[in-house]
Amino acid sequence: MELLVRNDFSGARGSRWLLAHCLAVFAFLYLPIAVLIIYSFNGAGVGGFPPRDFTLKWYRILIDDAAIWESVGNSLLVAFAAMVIALAFGIPAALALDRAQFPGKALFRRLVLLPLILPGIITGLSLLMLFNAAQWKLSLLTIMLGHGTALISVATTEVFAGLQKLDRAQEEASLDLGATYWQTFWRITIPNLKLPIIGAALLIFTLSMDEIAVSFFLIGRDNTLPLEIWGRLRRGITPEINAISTIIFVFSLVTIVAWYRLRMRREGSVDVGAELIESTTKP
Amino acid sequence: MFSRSYRAAITLPPLIWVSVFLLLPYVLMFCYSFWTVSSSQQILHTWTFANYSELVTRQVYWQTLLRSMWIAARVMIFSLLLGYPLAYFLSFHAGRKKDLYYQLVIIPLWVSYLVRAYAWKTILGTDGVLNTLLQYVHLTQHPLDFLLYSPLAVVLTLTHIYTPFTFLPIYAALEHIPRNLVEASHDLGASPTQTFWRVIFPLSIPGVIAGGTFAFVLSLGDFLAPLLLGGPSGIMISNIVVSLFGAAYNWPLGAAISLCMLGLVTALLFLSERLEKKWSFS
Repeated sequence: MELLVRNDFSGARGSRWLLAHCLAVFAFLYLPIAVLIIYSFNGAGVGGFPPRDFTLKWYRILIDDAAIWESVGNSLLVAFAAMVIALAFGIPAALALDRAQFPGKALFRRLVLLPLILPGIITGLSLLMLFNAAQWKLSLLTIMLGHGTALISVATTEVFAGLQKLDRAQEEASLDLGATYWQTFWRITIPNLKLPIIGAALLIFTLSMDEIAVSFFLIGRDNTLPLEIWGRLRRGITPEINAISTIIFVFSLVTIVAWYRLRMRREGSVDVGAELIESTTKP
Repeated sequence: MFSRSYRAAITLPPLIWVSVFLLLPYVLMFCYSFWTVSSSQQILHTWTFANYSELVTRQVYWQTLLRSMWIAARVMIFSLLLGYPLAYFLSFHAGRKKDLYYQLVIIPLWVSYLVRAYAWKTILGTDGVLNTLLQYVHLTQHPLDFLLYSPLAVVLTLTHIYTPFTFLPIYAALEHIPRNLVEASHDLGASPTQTFWRVIFPLSIPGVIAGGTFAFVLSLGDFLAPLLLGGPSGIMISNIVVSLFGAAYNWPLGAAISLCMLGLVTALLFLSERLEKKWSFS
């Protein structure tokens, strides 16, 4: 079948245009990333064509830059806390949407998913008002609460998609054989949802590491990495930012490839995040 | 099969958390939008429509809102124009390399949003990569200074950022099209072009609507790309909100604008949901 469709087009002029278009789109998507990486090794600084004077200077400066590493530490801390919060409330939320009836369920579902599609500024500002009204001092803690709350949506959608594929007979059997709900939850439900949960955890971690719009309003004295970068960008551009971005890019690429390998072995398909997109746009 | 206490245990914690950290903040924002600020910068908790009437009467607010919508609309159109053919190619012509190409579309999403916006700044700047390249190959004598600090730079950067987001739902919609429909159309003598416009495209419309909504809504609320690349003519509505919550210190007015944005976004989501339902074939 695939062959048939392809034969229709192969050699036709339309298909060559299509291919050219796709190559152009890929070039567009990768151009800034290529520039970013190349100029992290550029002795003459950012910009200027052609790049010249290959150097590792910016990486050396970066290694000695205590403020950057402190912000990386803060970001890791925030991402971890956000992951814990989002999973702790996102998994039960998915279970509730799957198997409980309660008044306001439709509203609850929309509310949980809203931060995913809403511009970050609205989530950030509304939480700022809450913390202000409660007279909480802004700090890394408020950012953790903000990220955690906004990213419950990710945990819920991923786990909910996993629940749809889950065979309920196993849980029923467990209950029939005398296990308590609590035992069934930990021994049957959670192990069966392992992959969606790991997938959600990775997504939440990465999204939190990169989040800036919500953090922008909830920041106290300690910076997260994106806010540290933001502060420096306002003062002027330095290739050090290219260097740290290159390192993070390589690091996340390795993580993602490892995750896909794992998932491919288990399920033979790679569509992490696909549920996310579909569930937000097709409520 | 699940007992009441089990259902309560899975329902109550998220319900309470979401009420406190999502619902309550929106309610607060709603209240704020009807309050005012005194001349000594105290929030006055008296209920008034003053903020909303200021939004309607002061030109700068609704003009900036219109400009933001125009920027977002262009981002949406360009992302669709870039994303749709890509999704179509992957779904129907990529064969075995489909998964690889799919990953290639997703990978840019793992580079920080901020960093990609910054990379565009280094490309478009007066001493940037593009300008020095053009001079290097002697296409221009002087740097083109209209590239950076314009609405165009914002549109370009946001298009770059939201094209993968637009691609994903379109690709999902195309993947869900039963291949035997395409086959049938072919067998009944339709040309590839006819098959595309009469079978494939109509069935992919829900994906197009979802992807377009993503690009429009998310770029409408952006304030970082305009700050980095927009210059004075590229200011968007969220930038005004940011300044109202910062230096200008008028939280109530900022809340009113945010609430208008929230209303606009929810209306759009509702509309796109309706349209998707109308166009889905199952």
